[in-house]
Parts: sequence; structure tokens; C-alpha cells
Amino acid sequence: MKTSLPSIEKVPDCCRGGVVSSILPLVLFGLLCLAWPRVVQGKVFLIQWSWVPSLDLTLAFRLDGLGLLFGLIITMTGFFISLYASSYMAGHQHLGRFFFYLHGFMIAMLGIVFSDNLLLLFVFWEATTILSFLLIGFDHHHKTARENARQALLVTGGGGLFLLLGILLLKIAGESMTISLWAASGDMIRDHALYPAVFICILIGAMTKSAQVPFHFWLPNAMTAPTPISAFLHAATMVKAGIYLLMRFHPLLGGTSLWMGTLVIIGGTTALWGAVQALGPCDLKRILAYTTLMALGILTLFLGGRTVLSLTAAATFLMVHALYKAALFLAVGSIDHQTGTRNLDHLGGLLQSMPLTALAVAAATMSMAGFPLFFGFIGKEIMYEGALAEDMFPVFATIATLVANSLMTAVAAIILITPFLGFGRRKMNPVKEAPWTMRLGPAVMGLLGILFGIVPEWVSEHLIQPAVFSFHPDREDIRLVFFHGMNLPLVLSILTLTLGSVIYRYRTFLRHRMNTAIDRLWITTPGLYQSGLDLFLKSAGAFTNKIQNGSLHFYLFIVVFTLVVAVAWPWLPHIPGILIFPTISGPLIAMGLFAFILASTGVVVFAKTRLCAIGGLGGVGAGVALTFMVFGAPDIALTQLLVETLTLIFMSLVLLRLPPMDAAQKRPRSRTIRDACLSLGAGLLLTTLMMGMLQVPLDRTLTAFFEANSYIAAHGRNIVNVILVDFRSLDTLGEICVVVLAAWAGVTLIRRTKEG
Amino acid sequence: MQSTILKTATHLMVGLMLVFAVYVLLRGHHEPGGGFCAALLAGTAFALFAITEGPDRVRRAIRVRPGTIAATGLALAALAGLPALVMNKPFLTGIWWHPGPFFVGTPLIFDLGVFLAVLGAILSLLLALEEN
Repeated sequence: MKTSLPSIEKVPDCCRGGVVSSILPLVLFGLLCLAWPRVVQGKVFLIQWSWVPSLDLTLAFRLDGLGLLFGLIITMTGFFISLYASSYMAGHQHLGRFFFYLHGFMIAMLGIVFSDNLLLLFVFWEATTILSFLLIGFDHHHKTARENARQALLVTGGGGLFLLLGILLLKIAGESMTISLWAASGDMIRDHALYPAVFICILIGAMTKSAQVPFHFWLPNAMTAPTPISAFLHAATMVKAGIYLLMRFHPLLGGTSLWMGTLVIIGGTTALWGAVQALGPCDLKRILAYTTLMALGILTLFLGGRTVLSLTAAATFLMVHALYKAALFLAVGSIDHQTGTRNLDHLGGLLQSMPLTALAVAAATMSMAGFPLFFGFIGKEIMYEGALAEDMFPVFATIATLVANSLMTAVAAIILITPFLGFGRRKMNPVKEAPWTMRLGPAVMGLLGILFGIVPEWVSEHLIQPAVFSFHPDREDIRLVFFHGMNLPLVLSILTLTLGSVIYRYRTFLRHRMNTAIDRLWITTPGLYQSGLDLFLKSAGAFTNKIQNGSLHFYLFIVVFTLVVAVAWPWLPHIPGILIFPTISGPLIAMGLFAFILASTGVVVFAKTRLCAIGGLGGVGAGVALTFMVFGAPDIALTQLLVETLTLIFMSLVLLRLPPMDAAQKRPRSRTIRDACLSLGAGLLLTTLMMGMLQVPLDRTLTAFFEANSYIAAHGRNIVNVILVDFRSLDTLGEICVVVLAAWAGVTLIRRTKEG
Repeated sequence: MQSTILKTATHLMVGLMLVFAVYVLLRGHHEPGGGFCAALLAGTAFALFAITEGPDRVRRAIRVRPGTIAATGLALAALAGLPALVMNKPFLTGIWWHPGPFFVGTPLIFDLGVFLAVLGAILSLLLALEEN
């Protein structure tokens, strides 16, 4: 799409709309920067509007250190990515849609991290799910894009339901829906009988969103999205939502052995599995996706701790990862954009042609590998300190961190060396450097990776500590420093670099072994997902074919039969009580109308031609309308008459085009009897229901109210109309919406039959 | 449908029915009638017209697409609720104006919206069926 368009003379270098729209995240970033100094001092900004008070749902927003950290990451990457996309996506036919989704997603993410109300948080959570579905499937003409988008939607959407369940259980357990009020509750929820259920539900919500094993598989597949989207969704925002959730819930649910054990095991497994798999693919973007899995695993692992140290490790690594991963994704996108491939086997020697991108990648990968002087090094040091200080399974945590980090180092080397320094298996065509819009993001984020590595004290004071303190009560001072002296973490860091270079040396061998090993796995969650989906679709198809067989007669039978059985079941025991034969009274004309309606019904039932049947139906309708008239309801009579007339016209338009009714006569006799029994049953049921209703004294409270107020309050004497357009006009508004929608649906159906 | 009697009668009737529909719409607040009834009446008139003269004549007569009529109706009905919001009352509360011997209020606009929405719905279906 991007490279093989020789026919188009000149694809514009960048689209102006994209550049302009990147002002939005920039402005938001600026606003957050204004609030930043106050937040560092410990101020928490709270804003609140009422939304649905009866559901405990308020538009409550909260800006504290944690929200600020996330907000800064989201808006900063949002800015660079929309700037980047204005070049990357230039010439695409749906640019407006693209930027709308992208910025909508950003707003939803900000909503998650700034919500003070759990239900509000859930609303934004679902918004990110839906928008990520739209973004991942952005190239919807590709089948894989559609399938992967659906996979992401099903997995994260399903997890979202668990999150909602968890929130509701929390409410049942007596916890407040407002995050700011949690501090007061103490250990109440952790000792509650519902605690395990709440924990598991919230955990599944976080695990699906943040792609933890066994729900990890949607993340690498979601790489089918255009690169700016992958960078935004998977580097900085969407997948971090689960991490954010765990951080937010940490003071409320964390600290128990259930929490700590589960998180460490799940996080460690995810980190190892992601890191090992990152060696497998040749596609640069897929490699990055697996390293994201590793990062998410590590974050979860550290959130399993309860010491300030391990939480600081999580918050630090969150920043480290956001910086280097967004830069790398964007740089890989630039390579793809300029060369037309992101396959490692076809890339090489890009250092000469793309020197600035190469520099940015170098800075980002160095940070990723954790070289001294880079922010990643600081992150790794504190990671080892945190892992050693875990309450549960510290040895497992340390080994998992060590192995995952070593693999990361090797992968960082692969990403840096092969495309830029390697010779490439194929001679590459001349390549131009990416435009400035695409270089700015990776360059600044790479640079920040170095800057933060040089002044870790500043970062820890202004970003990390405010964030950690807002979800951890103990104000223990943990400063990030450049050099800790000779200690175990430093030894582990050196070990990591050594191991990483060994793995890099034997990467081809390892890749081969790993790919064959994964192929041999006989049960995998992606496989389970696929077979589950297939089974569901197959059974749904079979069921639909059975129920929706195209026979209108059958549909009506099902509907009426269900209705009769469902109503008759509870109603039958009451029938004997109301079976008092009513005395025949009323004006003579009513008797005449009754006979007329009965006769018309007979005409409908025994008619030999359609015209005759339609005429009979009209007779029934007119008879009913006249009955209303006789009993003093002229308004209803008028409406009924008009409806009957119009219905009749429509029916004749349709029915008179059908084949003659002779065909219907050939039905088996048993079916006619069956239908007759059902109609009689339905009729009898309705009759007894009406008789039952007559036994209950009429409640005239509402009628009296309307009679008294119709003229005074609404200046109308026609009560029916006043109710329709004034007293209950919201109902009417809903009804006319339904009328119009139904008409349009009908038109669509008619048009489709015409085409088919 | 080729019938001279129907054709002649329709030409006389359609105009009368449409005028009567407007009358029913306006009287609805005090006497039987209202937007819904008026829409049914007007719809019947157009149906008659479509049967005798064909759907193309109806399309030309109404000038705009039936979907537009329906959408306008929905928008009008919704807009009729806004003045109340401005005056800090619940959405769709009737706001009345008393310019002389009679009252004019937002429910009238709402009723007009009902009329147009239902008429648009009927016309969409009618034309789709007739053109099929």
C-alpha cells in the first residue's frame, strides 16, 4: 500500500490535518505540566459532577501522582504519534477516521487514569476496548486485520465484563465506588468473604487488557494495525491500562498472600514466555510485541510486592518501557515506511541511509538493554532490588527478571545491529531518511532515555515518588541514584549483559530450537481460543438455521406458542376464580357490532382469495373502532380507524402480489389443525385475561390527575393528546424513534429483496 | 391501477385529505386528533395517490426524500424539549406563551415533529413497496 504505488505521482509527505490535530495532545500535555508542580507537592485535584446518582455513578475525576505519570506518558506519546502518523498515513483515504479514533482512544485512556469513580472508570475502560477494536481492524479490507481485531475485542471485552463483575462485588462487599474514599476503609475488604472473588474478577480484567499469560495471544496478533497504532496501543497506553488498574487497586486489595503469590507467578510466567518468544520471529514489529509481553509481565511481577521498593521498580520500569518501546515502534515503522519491509532477513546497512533514525534506535535499544548511563540501567538496578525484596517467591522473581532481562538485551542487540549494521541477505534499494515528523518522536524519546539516566534523582523526585505515594501509604524514601556501589543488583546487571551477549551470539540456533519447540506444543491458549470460537460459530449457525428457516408461518407459530405457554403457565390456576359468566348488558348497537366483528373474523378464516381475507380483516378493524366510538372513546376510535385503513392499504400492496392462495390449501391437514388449536388457545387465553382484568376495580388515580391538570397545566382539553405530547412526551419521543427506525429497517429489507 | 373512477376520485380526495390532516393536527390539543392521526391521514392520502398515479408522482410531489422528512420530524420533536432545558426545567417540559386569547407552546412543535416523523416513516415504506 505504501510502497507499491508507482502510478501515483507523489504521495504527500505529510498531511496537514494530522499535524494540526496533534495540537490536542500537546495542549493536554501542557495542561498536565501546569498541574505538575502542585501534584509533586502532594496536592490531589478532584472534580465532580453528578451523573446517575441512583447508581452511585458520578463524573468524578482525580489527578494525583499516579494519574499524572500515566497522563504525561499518554499525552506525550499521543503527540509524537499523531505527528508521526501525519506522515506515515499520508495519502490514506480514511485519514479523518484514523485521527478521530486515535484521539478518541487517547481521551478514553486519560479517562481511565483520571476517573475517581469505579463505574466511570469502567465506562472509559470499555471505550478503549471498542476503540482499540476499530484501530486494530483499521485496514478492514484485510481478513487478518478483521480477525485480529475481533480477537482483541473478545479477549479484552470479556475481561471487561469480569472487571464490571468485580466492581459490583466490591460494592456488594460494602466498599465505596469512589477511589478517593478508599483510604478510610482499612482492612475491611481484605477480610471480607467476597475478597477472593473480587480479586479474581479484577485480576482477570487487568490480565486480559495487559495481555498476561494465558490471555496474552491477542497482543502480538494486534500488530496487524498500522504501526502508529501499534506504538500507541501497545507501547504506551492500552496494555498499560491493566497495570494501572492493578496499581490503583493495590492499596485496597494488595498485600495479601493471594495477591502477591498470584501476581508474581503470572507476571513471571508472562515475562519469561514473552522474552523467549521474542527470539522467534523475523518481523521486527512482532519481536517488539513479544518484548511488550515481557515488560507487562515484569510490571505485574513487581506489583505483586508490597514494599515501596518493588512498587518503585514497577513505576520506574513503566516509564523506561514507555520511552524505549514507543521510540522503537516508531523507528521500526519508519524503516517499514522507507524500505517497504520490516523482515530482519531483508534488512541491512541502513546506518548510511537513515543515520538519524539509527541514532534514535541506538539510544532506545541501549536503554532497553540497560547499559549504564541510560535510564534502562537505573530501571534494571531497581528491578533487581525489588525482585530480591519480594515477599513471595523472591528467588523465582529474581531468576525470571534475570532471564527476561538477558533475553531483552539480546533482542535489543538484534533490533539495533541487524537492520543498521548488518549486510542484509539482499541488496537493498536506495533508501531515503524518514521525514522530520517521523524522526522527532523517536529522537526525543531516545534522548529522554539518556537524560533520565543521567539525572535519576530528579526523575524519582518529580515523577516516580509522587506516583508510588499515591497508591502506597508508606512514605518511605526510595531515591533512584546513578550508582549504588558494588552490590548484588550490580552483579546481576553485569550478569545480564553477559548472558545477553551470549544469547545474541547463538541467536540463530536458539531461534530454530524455539520455533520447533513451540510448534510441538499440543495445547495452547490461541488454539483453545480458535477452537472455542469455531465451535461457537458452528453451533450458532446450526441453531440459526433451525430457528430462522425463512418460513414466516413458522416464526409466527413460535412467537405465539411461546407467548401462550409462558402466559398460560402462571395464569391457569387463577382462571377458575374469574369464570363468572358475565351478564349480557350494554346498548343494542354494541351487540350488533359484536356480531359484525364475529362475522368478519369468519370471513378472514374461511376466505378463498386474498382480497376477500383482506376485506374481512378491514371489517374486524372497523368493528373494533366503532366499538370504541360507542363506549365513548372517540380519540381512540379515530386512531384505530386510521390505522386500520392504512394497514389495509399496506397489506393489499404486499399480499396481492403473493401467489394465489390455492397453494396454501395443499397444506397437510394436521398442520391446519395444529394452527387452529394454537389460535383458539391464544384467543381463549386473552379472553380470560380480559375477564380477569374486569374483576379488579379500576384504578382511576392517574386518570383523575390527568383530568384535573390537563387544561390547567398543559392548556389542552384532549387528555389523550396532552398525555402524548406533554405529560409523557419523552415516551412519545422514544416511540417515534422506534417507528422511524422500524420503517427504515423495513425499507432496507424491501430493497434487498429487490436486488436479490 | 387503471380505473377512471378511482383516478378522478383520488384527484379530488388527496387535496382534501391533506388539508383535513393539517386540521386534525392543529385541533388535536382540544378535540380528537393530533400529530399521529394527522400523519396516518396524510399517509393514506399519499398511498391513494401512489396507487393511482405511481410512486414517481408522489416523489415529485413531496420534493424531499421521505427519510429527510422523518429525520426532520425526530429533530423537531427533540428540539421542542430544549427550551425547557434552557429554563432549567426537565427536558421536554411544555413551555407556553400567551400572546393573546390563545396559548402557543412547545407541545405544538413536538406534535408537528411526531406528525413529520410518522409521515416520513409511512412514506418510506410506501414508496419502497410501490417501487418494488
